[in-house]
Amino acid sequence: MAVLLLRRAISGAAVVFGVLTLMFFLLRLAPGDPARLLVGPAATEEQVTAQRRALGLDRPLPAQYAAWLGRFVRGDWGTSISTGRPVTRTLAEAWPATVRLVGISLVLSYLLGIAIGVLQAMRGGRLDTALSVVTVTLFALPGYWLGLMLVMVFTYQTRMLPAFGAAGFDSDFLTGWERIADRLRHFALPLATLTLIGIGGTARYVRGAMLDVAGAPFVAIARAKGLSSARVAVRHVLRNALIPVVTLLGLSLPALFSGAVFIEAIFAWPGVGRVLVEGVVARDYPVVMAATAVSAALVVAGNLLAEALVGWADPRVRTGHGGGSA
Amino acid sequence: MGGPQSPHRPRRGFSVSRGLWSDRRAVFGLAVLAGAMVVALLAPLLASDPITQRDIVATRFLPPLSSDLHGAFHPLGTDRFGRDVWARLAYGARVSLGVGTLAVLVSLLVGVAVGAAAGFWRGWPAAALLGLTDFALALPRVVLLLLLASLWQPSAGLVILVLGLTGWMTIARLVHGEVRALAVRPFVEGAVGLGASDLRVLVRHILPNAMTPVIVAAALGLGNAIMLEAGLSFLGLGVQPPTPSWGNLIASGRDTLVNAPWVAAAPGVALVLVVMGATMLGDAVRDRLDPSLAVRRSG
Repeated sequence: MAVLLLRRAISGAAVVFGVLTLMFFLLRLAPGDPARLLVGPAATEEQVTAQRRALGLDRPLPAQYAAWLGRFVRGDWGTSISTGRPVTRTLAEAWPATVRLVGISLVLSYLLGIAIGVLQAMRGGRLDTALSVVTVTLFALPGYWLGLMLVMVFTYQTRMLPAFGAAGFDSDFLTGWERIADRLRHFALPLATLTLIGIGGTARYVRGAMLDVAGAPFVAIARAKGLSSARVAVRHVLRNALIPVVTLLGLSLPALFSGAVFIEAIFAWPGVGRVLVEGVVARDYPVVMAATAVSAALVVAGNLLAEALVGWADPRVRTGHGGGSA
Repeated sequence: MGGPQSPHRPRRGFSVSRGLWSDRRAVFGLAVLAGAMVVALLAPLLASDPITQRDIVATRFLPPLSSDLHGAFHPLGTDRFGRDVWARLAYGARVSLGVGTLAVLVSLLVGVAVGAAAGFWRGWPAAALLGLTDFALALPRVVLLLLLASLWQPSAGLVILVLGLTGWMTIARLVHGEVRALAVRPFVEGAVGLGASDLRVLVRHILPNAMTPVIVAAALGLGNAIMLEAGLSFLGLGVQPPTPSWGNLIASGRDTLVNAPWVAAAPGVALVLVVMGATMLGDAVRDRLDPSLAVRRSG
């Protein structure tokens, strides 16, 4: 198991490295001269040349790549063009908010999704049909639109919940429970949006996995032993159906991050996604580059976590016997 | 949907299309997609001009199902510039469906090429292609889209290319599996024995038999591509106004959520319906082909 995780960690590092390489060459391919961008439109030709030399853009491409990668690995990510702040500091402030939002909504949407999927597979009939319509609707909902509709209902019409930021303007003056309540109220809408759009996919997948396992011989044996149908469903079917579902956890992380980017943009949630979108809109390359790298690293870390969970759920993976799951 | 699954697997081929008509999901999906296509194609006949506005003050913020002073009827109301929401929705369908369809076609081309090559020619090329597929699957797609949108000027062409080039991995994996399984079948050996070239065997004999699950993945991918196009346009990084796309329609309605919620609601409902339609159609076809095959949603 440890060997497996180590192998995954190495391939994860390769993914992050690949993202960095991809970013470097995309930057070079893109139209526009970064030196000219930095010095501004009023600069003379000499100033542009000097800036180009200062940035190392006059050197051959492999040397530029090596130098750029070296700086990136050492943590020298440059400063934001629009704010002048070090990019690393901006992102160090942003990533906990994203992890909080994505992590909690991941847990919630999986718990609810698994519950709905199990209920559908066990009960069948009309309830299954009705819940299928609900889950496919949730699956089809774009997060940014659902977010807007929730804002319309809960912020503008009923005035129950705030829609912008992670804390109110007066949050610094609040103490104790009031401060916590303020935080929670700001957390409610972004979390609800991201969780709701996640439930659909999970429930659909769990239902399918349950129905797949339900046809296996060991389930028929469990029934023949006279076990109650609830016990068969939970102890025998669900346990085995969960293995591919846990694998899906890792696979759904990139999608969840993508969703979080939109949600953070809508609710002005102070996370990596908002930093990224604001950087993109302002064409603030150092910020965009760094936010991309941090997102990739977070996704890779999440995948590793899912891998470890699969090993915990499926002894065959842990011991290296038999075919792996999904 | 609807009760327990049938105990026997339906045969491939003709029974697939016939069985679909008895599946309510397929009927719903086909109806929604066909309806959206018709609206997109016939937009000039079904709606007025979506861009120009004659009289902003008299016609702005009209609620759905009302007529303005000039006697023009607005089934979905008007936006803050007095433009007809239904007309913008209908013309936006052209952009959204067109971009989504073309993006899926790009994904299909790349995915089939990569998957077929990796499944047919073993050894290091296959390993390299599969490694590339896994790498691309691990990338956060929207982050990559945003990065690209920040480097180049946003346009419909760029969105098609970028969506297509970030959506081929699921298809490549499916094709890879199918091609590997088909390559050892007797009819392929027969074609090789008759002296057919590698390319001919692959293109004429193997790929046509590997296409059905690909079509399912393409249907699911279509919904995803339309949703992502709208997302990019919503952030102002996709199709640029005044050209209407469902994404930038939602974005323009964002500012008038209080005065005119219908401006943001209408394109969102259209988007949800189309994505639901594509998903349910894909589900129905998949269940007909193979109930145990699970096609996952890729980010």
